Amino acid sequence: MKIDKKTIEYIANLSRIELSDQEKEVFIHQLSDILSYIEKLNKLNTEDIKPMAHSINTTNVFREDKLELPISREDALYNAPSTMGVFFKVPKVIE
Amino acid sequence: MNKNIQIIREESLRLLGHTALQIKEKILSREIQATELVGKLFEWIKDIEPNVQAFITVNEKEALEKASEVDKKIANRQKVGLLAGIPIAVKDNICTKNLTTTCASKILQNFIPPYDAFVVKRLKEEDAIIIGKTNLDEFAMGSSTENSGYKITRNPWNHECVPGGSSGGSAAAVAADFSFLALGSDTGGSVRQPAALCGVVGTKPTYGRVSRYGLIAFGSSLDQIGTFTKDVKDAALLLQVIAGNDLRDSTSAQVPVPDYLHGIDSGVKGLRIGIPKEYFAGGLNTEVSKAVKDALKLYEKLGATVVDISLPHTEYAVAVYYIVANAEASSNLARYDGVKYGYRTGESRGIIDMYCRTRSEGFGNEVKRRIMLGNYALSSGYYDAYYLKASKVRNLIKNDFDFAFGRVDCIICPTSPVPAFKIGERANNPLEMYLSDIYTIPANLAGIPGISIPCGFSETGLPIGMQILAKHFEEKKILQIAYAFERETDFHLKKPPLKSSSV
Repeated sequence: MKIDKKTIEYIANLSRIELSDQEKEVFIHQLSDILSYIEKLNKLNTEDIKPMAHSINTTNVFREDKLELPISREDALYNAPSTMGVFFKVPKVIE
Repeated sequence: MNKNIQIIREESLRLLGHTALQIKEKILSREIQATELVGKLFEWIKDIEPNVQAFITVNEKEALEKASEVDKKIANRQKVGLLAGIPIAVKDNICTKNLTTTCASKILQNFIPPYDAFVVKRLKEEDAIIIGKTNLDEFAMGSSTENSGYKITRNPWNHECVPGGSSGGSAAAVAADFSFLALGSDTGGSVRQPAALCGVVGTKPTYGRVSRYGLIAFGSSLDQIGTFTKDVKDAALLLQVIAGNDLRDSTSAQVPVPDYLHGIDSGVKGLRIGIPKEYFAGGLNTEVSKAVKDALKLYEKLGATVVDISLPHTEYAVAVYYIVANAEASSNLARYDGVKYGYRTGESRGIIDMYCRTRSEGFGNEVKRRIMLGNYALSSGYYDAYYLKASKVRNLIKNDFDFAFGRVDCIICPTSPVPAFKIGERANNPLEMYLSDIYTIPANLAGIPGISIPCGFSETGLPIGMQILAKHFEEKKILQIAYAFERETDFHLKKPPLKSSSV
């Protein structure tokens, strides 16, 4: 499976990453190489094998539904590039 | 160099060359004060660090304050913690309250965490002294620390070589005696591989043994915080402090934590050690192969039995890893959008454009490559062929280990196929770089614990490491097995030939 220009543009958009034409060329080449390598998985018949998401048994962890304040609003906003009062400020969402 | 300076340097190096347990004894017996120790440590760092570049941030002022607090406690005969006065470095993808945490990414260049990671909280509770934040491959994505958005860390044993990665800064800091202890994270070998390349002890606990709360997420089903130490006993000491259940990490295991130092000298008599034939196949450097085989002979002499085993799906591990880890990363890194924290682009046309520009300017190429690969593997039409397929093969890899551990107590193999490679040598070939982790990745996929300990040197004087793997939650066993080797050898005692930056 080789990546072409259309595919790289599609996944760059899914990833919210902009690429120059030159970057597209480099990534097309590198991702194609990596995917060719990954295709070795197709040598294995995995029809009856269950997929594995976690290596140890995990169960849901519940706690009392009590209000906790791990960090203050001030702390939560401290690292934001732009704020207005108690809000995160972002550029226009709807044109 | 002035003769007096030379003598002072040798004295302080003798002091800083101690292990954490040794230095703790000196602090508790008041042979040395923590403030004096930390002062000497920073003098040493200032002299040598320009040639090594292990740190992104140094924390001198707070370190001295904490040291003085520990000294006061000891002088007043108050109770002190398990790590009283011991300097420790923390990988810069682990959150430290009020201390910049960058993940070696421009996208987090000014990020000051409002909270401590679970492990950092534990360090502070046990009176450790956090001396700084160490360099890494951006978002822990890499095997050489060359992918850092800030600097390239050099291997203390040879400055033209990489320290390994992604926790290269932590490994180099311990190897160069900048720190007695260090924390790293291991998603595909990022603790064990740099430990091997820098000649120190690197431990990756079982998935879930140590809380990931406050570890900046990369591959959430693989990530685990691990330790860098000068010897195996120090590894037991530090693991003791950071292991245990934490309600804020739902994958944190509710398994009791044993006393890791107790019985560490039990030896290996009667133990069955498995040697996976797939790990000694093509691509393995002959010097590395010889060092590990010599170590196995020593184990036999100590009373262990060496058994040939097979882990038949080993050759698929790297392929599985680069689908699973990157699929998880593409989701985890979606949060860097220029809204809540971190870098935001200057001008933009609306919010989507702001996201795109912020991420394109903030992430380095390796991170972009992995996010795109992960999104591709998860995207409609490709999910079954890549992500689902990889998740199934992951199960086969785990089954290989389950089957092997039915026959043997542990597995011993090389940590890295080669000693430290030259800076730049693999930088332009991502696939070749990925294959650096061929021996460490399977343990992350299976979630089992592993330790890398020094077991030799190449002809050019570069350290060689070997890896010991065991079943889930058998950290105590691998520490015992590692210690049995360490106490018979002196590889861990050798120091790199470091040069002052002022001459």
